[in-house]
Amino acid sequence: MTNKYWQIFNTFFKIGAFTLGGGYAMIPLIQKEVVDKRKWLEENEFVEMLAIAQSSPGPIALNTAIFVGYKAGGIKGVWFSSLGTILPSFIIILAVAMIFTDFKDNPGVERVFRGIRPAVVALIAAPLWKMGKSVGITYKTVCIPFVAALLIWLVGVSPVIIIIAALIGGLIWKEIQTRKILKNKNL
Amino acid sequence: MDLYVSLFITFFKIGLFGFGGGYAMLSLIQHDVVEVHNWISMSDFTDIVAISQTTPGPIAFNSATYIGYTATQSIWGSVICTVAVSLPSLVIMITISRFFFMFRDNKYVVAAMSGLKMVVVGLIGAAALLLINKENFADYKSYIIFGVAFILTFKYKIDPILLIVLAGIAGYFLC
Repeated sequence: MTNKYWQIFNTFFKIGAFTLGGGYAMIPLIQKEVVDKRKWLEENEFVEMLAIAQSSPGPIALNTAIFVGYKAGGIKGVWFSSLGTILPSFIIILAVAMIFTDFKDNPGVERVFRGIRPAVVALIAAPLWKMGKSVGITYKTVCIPFVAALLIWLVGVSPVIIIIAALIGGLIWKEIQTRKILKNKNL
Repeated sequence: MDLYVSLFITFFKIGLFGFGGGYAMLSLIQHDVVEVHNWISMSDFTDIVAISQTTPGPIAFNSATYIGYTATQSIWGSVICTVAVSLPSLVIMITISRFFFMFRDNKYVVAAMSGLKMVVVGLIGAAALLLINKENFADYKSYIIFGVAFILTFKYKIDPILLIVLAGIAGYFLC
């Protein structure tokens, strides 16, 4: 039985260590390991789980690991899958943090990072248009992300407040829609 | 307040409200870590994003580990921050795993999420806007690099790691 937990740990350590580029890049690898190879989850379970992992807070990779760990080995499975996911990046970043602080002020390194910083900003900004379209933002609703961004950027509002307002806003909007439909039915 | 306690609270909050994936979490991390607590500077923060993109693992973990170490100069800072950022996921996802089908089609969850989806785009936009500052954009050359990188990503879907490497080379020779 202990073998199973090490299998869980190994699988997620591998996923954590070899996927560059964040959560979405990890999905095909997770699917291959968890569904095709280990058969901890059915294909359709995996797709549904993914939707939940994406809409819950926290890193998608960790959320997926917790869900699969629980399915494969209960709470104990969760410990092994979470640790497996966290450890690779923890070790790498700790090493970078320890070393980087020493040569960060080196003029050559500073020049390299002066080139990288604007590129990172472009990397964050470039996918916004496509993302807006994919979540169904239209010319009617485009003011919502705009106002959210301006409140954070210019007014210094905490993103936490914006997130809570968006959750409540979604509920109120749904309530208004339901009432409209009921009213039309009664007429 | 004790530094470790405020690190724990901050990263717990980031984990709890970190909806919408890595980039959307950036504005949260930025707001608390750079603006409220001043644990690192804006350019350090940008460097973490660059390092995150070139090393494996989610941005949330990478920043927790890095900022934990920089703020305390100790491995325990990294451990505390990484645990804190993971805890909300653990509690929420274990609960969901137990009652899987109750949450899936719940109409209130779906309604709340539809509001959130639109705002996530704004959160990422804010992260980008906050990073366009004097620390990251020293002169006109920065804007040229930004423009070229934007086109390469938007139009040609260049691999992010390759882009960062190219930008680093450009920076070494131009800046």
